[in-house]
Amino acid sequence: MKVPVTAMLGLAFGALSGAGAALAAYVGDPERGAEIFRKCASCHAVGEGAKNKVGPHLNGVFGRRAGSIDGFRYSKALRRMGDDGLIWNGETLDAYIENPKALVSKTRMNFRGLKEHDDREDVLAYLRQFSDDPQNIPEAEPTAVHEVDLPPEVLALRGDPAYGEYLAGECVTCHQAGGSDEGIPSITGWPEEDFVIALHAYKRKLRPHPVMQMITSRLSDEEIAALAAYFNGLE
Amino acid sequence: MRLDRRTFMGSTAAAAATLNAPMVMGMAHGKPRVVVIGGGAGGATAARYIAKDSKGAIDVTLVEPTRKYYTCFFSNLYIGGFRDLASIGHTYGKLAAEYGINVVHDWAVGVDRDKKEVALAGGARLPYDRLVISPGIDFIDGSVPGWDVTSQNRMPHAYKAGSQTELLKAQIMAMPQGGTYAMVAPPNPYRCPPGPYERVSMVAHLLKQHNPTAKIIIADPKPKFSKMALFQEGWANHYDGMIEWIGPDFGGDKVEVRPDAMELVIDGEVTRVDVCNVIPAMKAGRIVELAGINDGNWAPVVPHTMASRVDENIHVLGDSSAQGDMPKSGFSANSQAKVCAMAVRAALTDSKLFPARFSNTCWSLLATDDGVKVGANYEATDEKIAKTDGFISKTGEDAALRKQTYEESVGWYAGIAADMFG
Repeated sequence: MKVPVTAMLGLAFGALSGAGAALAAYVGDPERGAEIFRKCASCHAVGEGAKNKVGPHLNGVFGRRAGSIDGFRYSKALRRMGDDGLIWNGETLDAYIENPKALVSKTRMNFRGLKEHDDREDVLAYLRQFSDDPQNIPEAEPTAVHEVDLPPEVLALRGDPAYGEYLAGECVTCHQAGGSDEGIPSITGWPEEDFVIALHAYKRKLRPHPVMQMITSRLSDEEIAALAAYFNGLE
Repeated sequence: MRLDRRTFMGSTAAAAATLNAPMVMGMAHGKPRVVVIGGGAGGATAARYIAKDSKGAIDVTLVEPTRKYYTCFFSNLYIGGFRDLASIGHTYGKLAAEYGINVVHDWAVGVDRDKKEVALAGGARLPYDRLVISPGIDFIDGSVPGWDVTSQNRMPHAYKAGSQTELLKAQIMAMPQGGTYAMVAPPNPYRCPPGPYERVSMVAHLLKQHNPTAKIIIADPKPKFSKMALFQEGWANHYDGMIEWIGPDFGGDKVEVRPDAMELVIDGEVTRVDVCNVIPAMKAGRIVELAGINDGNWAPVVPHTMASRVDENIHVLGDSSAQGDMPKSGFSANSQAKVCAMAVRAALTDSKLFPARFSNTCWSLLATDDGVKVGANYEATDEKIAKTDGFISKTGEDAALRKQTYEESVGWYAGIAADMFG
């Protein structure tokens, strides 16, 4: 059962402005979401008495800081993203289940993602029922850019590593070209696509880190591709 | 004068690199020559990038008086006990051995701009096609009445790192219980805008452990300072009641010191102090004035290339340059050095000139695992290096984020040190 409820949303979240309202044209169906959640359930439990399995339990996930359940062994990358300030809300969860690597490049969540927007809305509507106070679920800024999927032509760009080397001067002040990840993640030797997706996620402010948001804010698609090509070629 | 020079042409790697080297513009004397004065965040980075990216086509000489260079950034963490001094000391062996840079440990004492030669204290003269000057800061005589450089052993500035930093820490450790540490903060513009206030945080951290009844006084000529709200919040959280900041409204701009008596006079009121950390007003390193490329206290530069507005064959980096909106920081100098290196290579060989881009981030430590940061992007306009957008840590951030910020600063230090010294 799918319910088009633009009008209803407009009432519920009166503050939503044009961009946000347009994106929120569909509100998920929790019943259908429960069906889809079966794909997730081999690793994640939710509901009364849910325990951590391969992945953390998902009770109260809305509003929770990423990587913050005591006693669960998260990847270093996810914990770091949580410390940077990644909070699970409608928008960040949507991005994460669309493509986990868009938000956390080295996440252990081995899931290809739900490509259909409505499927994600349904799953999130289901999961929302297990968070404390559905009325006060933090919503993303209405101006945020929603999609994490990059257009194929952006992913297909072949970067010029020589240009990337020049641009990389700005990166290696912090990220060591030698690949150390002490305090700051290593960015050498990454698959180009992961690198491109990660930088676009900062540029779109899906990822929280202010320095990375600032640096990527002025990188063009070509420049991101050039950097990806350069760092991919470093040992 | 000592020359650290690797037998550069002898190694096979270097010979191969030379074969692939970019075309060299017609120079009457063979390889174009670049001399870099100053081996800090600006100079060491510029020397390394010019040598690395020209693949042997440009002859690079780096002039730096000290054999072991202590970074000013993170020297406050040494005072606070978070780093040992050795961890912020660096040598030039890799720049000489792996990048073929001639490292000369001597003082540059003059620049003959007509002959294009740098004079060294040891008597040697170094000819150049392009000169890069990155000497950091010097102090303005008389800016704090009663203080001059001969007082620096009684009242250290510790604003050039190394023995001064060690001295200041030793003096703090020797304070009597309940004693007073005073800082005379500098007027704008000066090196590392949050630096004095991070230092106060680190001094407070040290005293809290060894001398918890001690007091800290800051006499400040400025009504506000970098990351002010963050520092004030941190001081209230961690060092409540220990730190007294005296701004210009209360005479912080009317200060005199008496080094012999260890007295600090604020607006006529005399206070006996146990440590007096005087950070005087600053100007460009002296060689800038000797070269005659200054306008007042600093050297104006063309934002697109960091070339001096007085002499197009000289580039000025970092603290000494008057460039516009960037703060005087190691990060800024490192960022400017890469733009300069690209411009120098483009002028002397046929390498490409890409548009200049600059950025800066400054981390400060307030207490254990409590780090904050501020940063911005900049672009070159004809008039100045102009800020485009930026960010700053927020008050009230949670402990996990602050810890992450501190750990990130440690990673940044390792990154920029590798970027400077190889």
